[in-house]
Amino acid sequence: MNPITYLKFVKEHPILSAIFVAGVVVTVNRFFIGGLAGTTNLDNNNPWGIWISFDLLCGVALAAGGYTTTAAALIFNIKGFRTAVKPAILTAFLGYAFVVYALLYDVGQPWRLPYPVFWSPGTSSVLFEVGLCVMLYVTVLAIEWLPNFTDWVGFQKISHIIHKCTIPLTIMGIVLSTMHQSSLGMLYLIAPGKMHPLWYTYQLPLQFFVSSMFAGMSMVIFEGTISHHYLHSRMSPEYNRDHDGVLFMFAKACSIIMLGYFFMKLVPIAGENKWAYIFDGKYGMMWLIEMFGFVALPCFLYAVGYRSKNTGTIKVASALAVLGIVFNRFNVSWFGFNVHLAPDQKYFPSVQEVIVSVFVVTLIILCFRFISKYMAIFSDHPAYKDHH
Amino acid sequence: MKRRHFLGLAGAATATALAGKANAAGGHSFEGYPNSYGVLFDASRCIGCRQCEIGCNKINSENVTKPWNTLPKKDPKVFEDLKGMNAKARTDNTAYTVVNKFEPKALGGKTPVFKKAQCMHCKEPACASACFVNAFKKNPEGAVTYDGSVCVGCRYCMVACPWDVPAYDYDKLIPYVQKCHMCHPHIKAGKAKVPGCVSACPMEALVWGKREDLVKEAWSRIKAVPGKYLPHVYGEQEMGGTNWMYISNVPFAQIGLREDLGTTPAPQLTSSALGLVPLVACLWPVLLGGIWQITKWKDKKAEDEKTQAVAEAVAQERAKAGK
Repeated sequence: MNPITYLKFVKEHPILSAIFVAGVVVTVNRFFIGGLAGTTNLDNNNPWGIWISFDLLCGVALAAGGYTTTAAALIFNIKGFRTAVKPAILTAFLGYAFVVYALLYDVGQPWRLPYPVFWSPGTSSVLFEVGLCVMLYVTVLAIEWLPNFTDWVGFQKISHIIHKCTIPLTIMGIVLSTMHQSSLGMLYLIAPGKMHPLWYTYQLPLQFFVSSMFAGMSMVIFEGTISHHYLHSRMSPEYNRDHDGVLFMFAKACSIIMLGYFFMKLVPIAGENKWAYIFDGKYGMMWLIEMFGFVALPCFLYAVGYRSKNTGTIKVASALAVLGIVFNRFNVSWFGFNVHLAPDQKYFPSVQEVIVSVFVVTLIILCFRFISKYMAIFSDHPAYKDHH
Repeated sequence: MKRRHFLGLAGAATATALAGKANAAGGHSFEGYPNSYGVLFDASRCIGCRQCEIGCNKINSENVTKPWNTLPKKDPKVFEDLKGMNAKARTDNTAYTVVNKFEPKALGGKTPVFKKAQCMHCKEPACASACFVNAFKKNPEGAVTYDGSVCVGCRYCMVACPWDVPAYDYDKLIPYVQKCHMCHPHIKAGKAKVPGCVSACPMEALVWGKREDLVKEAWSRIKAVPGKYLPHVYGEQEMGGTNWMYISNVPFAQIGLREDLGTTPAPQLTSSALGLVPLVACLWPVLLGGIWQITKWKDKKAEDEKTQAVAEAVAQERAKAGK
């Protein structure tokens, strides 16, 4: 790119260029100059910061649309879901690929990331399971996504072979998702002494798994809305015809799952008699906001939106549910973690940490835009006119 | 298709069988290694002279074993600074041990009581159970050691440790986890007989010995002068027991030792949940495969019924027309 076209780009996209430049600067600082101390506010008491809370925990939960959509479309054979599969797989694939990319920033010696699987497996560790599952699932998603690429460049033979493996791949994807969505919650089981009792429960793995279902579906709705706005010209009539049907079906499913999840969150509170914490101080307040503002309310809005066939209500509900997942994961891994420390010892992210997170999200959006612009994501590839 | 399906499932099953082994290692009850060594700290004897910190820095900055077992050499004068002893000071990548000063309520809030902090060397360490590359090892001699040659730097050990012990080289581009190794490499190499802190202590506030003997010694001290000590050996049961133990004349919570940790060994906190993983990996494919077959069959049946109904209707019409 010569300087003049670059300047033109900067003039057209000032915010994007600023994020990009800042992201590259922090990346260089992280890996070659300042290290972790020069880029983050992490310390010995707070080893995990926003790169784990947001990039990993939220990223994985919000990429769950991949397994929920493929399950609905290919395993449960729900009519009208076929066109939603490709965008969902693309989102999940990009989500996971960038979770791995973001991890490179966080771990101390990123070139050793393959060690746990290939060199010195520590099989008693929950993190080992997370690592193994994420590695396998990224591979599965890459294979599921590959036909989009091979169709684009014209290697249709490869696409045909992969199409034949669709069902086993889908099942593997669901199994792997179940396991590591829940094992992200399992990570925190080892630290009962550090977590606030309102969030620590032996049911954390189950709660993480169930919440990932509606997180994924809400993200599909949320992002379908945005895609519709910006990528409308790329969408085939079939996709547009099915779009509202997918939206209503997911809205109904979400409202049912969220109702169940609401009670699932109450059961350990009742079982371990932790009611007193709910009305105690700011943590009790945060728990109430999470439960009523970000679970009960979107659950209700989804139900109302489905009944009255109002897409606007459903879109609001999906935005609330997505925000709610972020809030929940932050409560577990950040706000409600290390509650035994004095307030001045608690962690708050540095500007550079936030820049990296914003940078990663921007890269995901750019990749999504590029791929859906040039490959057949919201439509069928011309070679498959009579397929399926 | 059928075979590939099977291979895919077999792959998933093997992958999780690997993860399933985990709980075999973590779930059983473990009494601790017999004849393992440990240290007993007596808070009533510690005068806060920080000689143990000097001894630790000396042996671990000179008798270097591996790059990740190396402390930067400190001037002994640094340890004369009494401000560094505040209750919040903790171990970091320049110190495997620190002495904190407390003024506990139990003694009126004016009399200082000192406590030495370092790795507790749990019988079933949280760090070792949490580490996904086996960088931590519980040695039969009692020490929990760290091998930096495999460490990825995920810092899950620091999340897992209930006593906030492991520290990290945040300021280095090739960082390691840093924590007390009870001078295990030095003792193994014959460079020391007891840990550097123990040999440096002028007050015999630290006693090195076999863990079983230390427990007996602790209880005999508690019983010898009734009312002097609290009737509790910290570390005898905490988190399944530790090889480094404490007795004190003031409540442990008032000298920065958490009393709410319980007696469950850390590996047990995750092993039962991890045990469900192979179950999911085996049950889910069968269930999902079954559902897929059923929905496919249902669709096909609906399709067949439709064609049949159409054929029948056509035949009826034809028959009518023929009449």
